[in-house]
Amino acid sequence: MSNAGTLNVTTPNDTQIVITREFNAPRRLVWEAHTKPEFLRRWLFGPPGWEMTQCDEDLRVGGKFRWAWSGPGDTGMSMHGVYREVTPPTEGGGGGRIVRTEVFESGCGPIGAEQLAMVEFIEKGGRTLLKITVTYPTKEARDGMLASGMDQGMAAGYARLDELLAGM
Amino acid sequence: MFRALAHPARRAILRRLSEQEQNLSELAAPLKMSFPAASKHVRVLERARLVRRRVSGRTHFCRLNAAPLKEVAEWTDRYRRFWEENFERLDSLLEEMKGKDAGRSQERVRNQA
Repeated sequence: MSNAGTLNVTTPNDTQIVITREFNAPRRLVWEAHTKPEFLRRWLFGPPGWEMTQCDEDLRVGGKFRWAWSGPGDTGMSMHGVYREVTPPTEGGGGGRIVRTEVFESGCGPIGAEQLAMVEFIEKGGRTLLKITVTYPTKEARDGMLASGMDQGMAAGYARLDELLAGM
Repeated sequence: MFRALAHPARRAILRRLSEQEQNLSELAAPLKMSFPAASKHVRVLERARLVRRRVSGRTHFCRLNAAPLKEVAEWTDRYRRFWEENFERLDSLLEEMKGKDAGRSQERVRNQA
């Protein structure tokens, strides 16, 4: 099996969240898995019980996408956006970058606010380092996302609160 | 609830209250916060049901109401796992894609031969 990488979440400044994760596969395949609906549908849906119900992709600069998911009961989540940059990876180790706007319509994050996501596919000797940089419109919007548990500092904070809860 | 937790000062207040009940002045001083600022943060936490305030004379005692946090802890844990679970599935998909890819290259080599 592939040696699964560690998910890292950092906050380099007031308005960004950066997620990194290494994959034991060449960039070309990680790119395909991120850009073709038949592949995206197979992994981008969160916990068991969820499925991706819509995956419309028009992968070119100015092209739109819309993703929707449905979960247990009547839970659901959806987002849409526009591609600003689409640079496939090249054999020589260059390229490998997608920039798109993202707007959550329902289910998660600040609804209706536009965030900018940059997805980079970085060459690592035959493996791929995936780096997702999400830029939020304000610190408040970013912190709102952090408060939903995406940052390790918060996770540590919650660990302390967990101890407290365990003692209740 | 998440807005209540999003501010570092309010998380600091919750941590301090997790130790013991405190009045507003006791809360404000170590956080280098003015009394009105502390009171404002406590009000936000009250609205999120995370803090309960008891008034005795002119003193406002605050204590933690941790029950709603349990909900959040469960929810946020799920949220973080969202990416982990996605990426674990992506690992498996990539293994499968690598297999097919290798098959295709072998076929190309055979066709060229």
